[in-house]
Amino acid sequence: MKISRIGLSAAALLSASALVLTGCASGDGGAPAPGTSDTPGASTSTGIVTANSNEPQNPLYPANTNEVGGGKILDMVFAGLYYYDADGKAIPEVAKSVESDDATNYTVKLNDGWTFTNGEKVTASSFVDAWQYGALLSNAQLSSYFFETIDGFSYDKDSKLALNVVDDLTFTVKLSAPEADWPLRLGYSAFMPLPTEALVDGKATTAFGENPIGNGPYMLASADAWQHNVQIDLVPNPDYKGTRTVKNGGVTLKFYDNQDSAYADLQSDNLDVLDAIPASAFETFEQTLGDRAINQPSAVFQSFTIPEKLEHFGGEEGKLRRAALSMAINRPEITDVIFFKTRTPASDYTSPVIAGWSDSLAGSDVLKFNADEAKAKWAEAEKISPYTGTFTIGYNSDGGHQPWVDAVANSLKNTLGIKAEGQPYATFAELRTDVTDRKIKGAFRTGWQADYPSMFNFLGPLYATNAGSNDGDYSSPEFDALLKEGASAKSVDDATGFFQKAQEVLLQDLPAIPLWYSNVTGGFSTQVQNVKFGWNSVPLYYEITKD
Amino acid sequence: MLWFIGRRLLQMIPVFFGATFLIYFMVFALPGDPILALFGEKTPSPAVVEQLRAQYHLDQPFIVQYLLYLKSLVTFDLGNSFSGRPIADVMAKAFPVTLRLATLAVLFEAVAGITVGLISGLRKGKFFDSSALVVSLLLISIPTFVIGFVLQYVFAVQLGWTKATVGPQAGWSELVLPAIVLASVSFAYIIRLTRTSISENMGADYVRTASSKGLTRGRVVRVHVLRNSLIPVVTFIGADFGALMVGAIVTEGIFNIPGVGGTVFQAIKQGQGPTVVSFVAVFVIIFMVANLLVDLLYAVLDPRIRYAN
Repeated sequence: MKISRIGLSAAALLSASALVLTGCASGDGGAPAPGTSDTPGASTSTGIVTANSNEPQNPLYPANTNEVGGGKILDMVFAGLYYYDADGKAIPEVAKSVESDDATNYTVKLNDGWTFTNGEKVTASSFVDAWQYGALLSNAQLSSYFFETIDGFSYDKDSKLALNVVDDLTFTVKLSAPEADWPLRLGYSAFMPLPTEALVDGKATTAFGENPIGNGPYMLASADAWQHNVQIDLVPNPDYKGTRTVKNGGVTLKFYDNQDSAYADLQSDNLDVLDAIPASAFETFEQTLGDRAINQPSAVFQSFTIPEKLEHFGGEEGKLRRAALSMAINRPEITDVIFFKTRTPASDYTSPVIAGWSDSLAGSDVLKFNADEAKAKWAEAEKISPYTGTFTIGYNSDGGHQPWVDAVANSLKNTLGIKAEGQPYATFAELRTDVTDRKIKGAFRTGWQADYPSMFNFLGPLYATNAGSNDGDYSSPEFDALLKEGASAKSVDDATGFFQKAQEVLLQDLPAIPLWYSNVTGGFSTQVQNVKFGWNSVPLYYEITKD
Repeated sequence: MLWFIGRRLLQMIPVFFGATFLIYFMVFALPGDPILALFGEKTPSPAVVEQLRAQYHLDQPFIVQYLLYLKSLVTFDLGNSFSGRPIADVMAKAFPVTLRLATLAVLFEAVAGITVGLISGLRKGKFFDSSALVVSLLLISIPTFVIGFVLQYVFAVQLGWTKATVGPQAGWSELVLPAIVLASVSFAYIIRLTRTSISENMGADYVRTASSKGLTRGRVVRVHVLRNSLIPVVTFIGADFGALMVGAIVTEGIFNIPGVGGTVFQAIKQGQGPTVVSFVAVFVIIFMVANLLVDLLYAVLDPRIRYAN
């Protein structure tokens, strides 16, 4: 998922990353709250909570939404097979069970009694039809790749997924390869069910995109609840059957182009919940808001990628140079001085809120600042072939990246005595085009935010040979094999071991240099209580109380 | 007179097409693929990209895209933005808001600016004049966004007199503070323009004549000085109305006003040619109509100017 890039200012710091994940956020004090998202004793309330968001970039079809503005709404309006609690644990919602003997053929059983807000029953077909629609090439849905591991999926021609309705409440899924943690992704909005009226002649209707009919804890307050570029009004859905019990009288998401104005609203109690502090207030917001501030290690993974084909960065020489660069960067200093501790230095390739994250992988020393070792490795590489030229890091200058890119470049310059500088692109589109067309000369910034809480999602799409977002064209048979073993492992715990080993390969090869994890920064007004942020940095709106 | 208006209206046609063509070309020439950016960091499959490109005619050469756009313009069906909304709807929502904002701003700068400028001009060198000069100098030198953030912080966050941002309706009363911010720089210019113009005319022969005819000072100022002094000011205000509508983006951002500024900015960033050009086309029309009105106002203010053949 990507974060909307509309922000005029500094929300943008987050922006390029894709999704912010966060673990257990507890509003009161920031200490990780263990266990479930269900706070015992939290009473219900009737006030309408206001929170910041962005105008959704696309009509509200589940499979066509890949940015946070639309994703927030879909997660509230729809209930899928699973949802994610504050810790990122997948909790069954509509699903009674999702089972498989071989990690390839899954049987999904649904709970009875769920309905959409138009009265229609939620059945196996509600899911199967929605997924078929989302995956079909000619529908060009932005999130269609979520279905790519289901047998029958094709990027080249229209074809049907291997989904089979057994009865009203049962359907089967056949994957093209074994995947033990496949059910983990089923809480993502692309997998939500659709009522029959959403699709007319196999096409999603415009009316549905404006006013989606779901089965989630909230529903749109009225047919014109979505006031474009202004706000959307959501009210509790009285027929909701799940465990995400709504504890407020509704949620109004106000759309901001500019995080500074959202912050001004928060300070004057004109906004209840803010999930992105503007960069201009990083230094002061914890003081200003006191215990109403939220700043906790979270999990957008930020890095810069060095293409495999870049001269001097392949083979043995490349390994040395990559390690030297990585050790020449003083990550804690940059996160303190530039980000005022709203970033956490990276110690692996995933994120602290993902089960399996580690700060003690073999070889993770390469992520620690060590000027002497860095110089030694660089000198060794110089013996193989001397480096002339300037090391560049490409970035989009519309995303607030310049300060840290300059700091990293300076770090490299000062430690290694090489020429290093940022290479700005005016827009995100321009950067991505050059990256996608492999025209970029030099390294470039990359960020990743998982769409669902799984280690695989941080590794597979980015570093597997020929993977969709493998922008540096990294390829390692060893890594691929470990990844495959992890994916087809019997249990998630087994899988974690393989994924950690796979990362140890990455730490040697350094296809991308890990930098830091973005924190989730936010705050809430004096009018609300029980504000917690979910694993994906989105507040758990249904838990918030306001009188 | 009618002939003059007709000719001016006819002149608008080539200007309109020229401007939209240029803007369309500029959006087209923006580097970067807007479709790729839709996917964020994820690299989409080429087939999906092709599909979307075809949907927005981005696979066509520039001139075909432009002609398709003109066709949609003539048929009053501007097509859809990337978010699936009809562009006509987007404009219908955004323009009234910015129009309200710009109208308030022009009212403020005209009334306040001319009043202060008049008093300054009449009391040249006195205390009021000097303070007005200092204030206007400050306003001109401080960027709008600083004025905006400061006023927002003081009046909304500290004093709580007003809300920090504008509510969903963006009604007249909510827009007063943003309008003052938006108008601040122009307000300063109008003070100076009016002051100079007034003090110059005060020493003119016809004013001396009027005074020696025995007219009261009030009548001399109202009927003779002010009327003549307003010609450059009116020109400025007319041109400024268009500039305020187009330039409201900073103010709109600070006060979260759902107007044209933010919409166009997003559309440019996303490379949405048809949306950008549709908005710009309306900007062009606004500028041209405002200029026409200014020219017509000259005749009212200065009978010497004739629009005869």
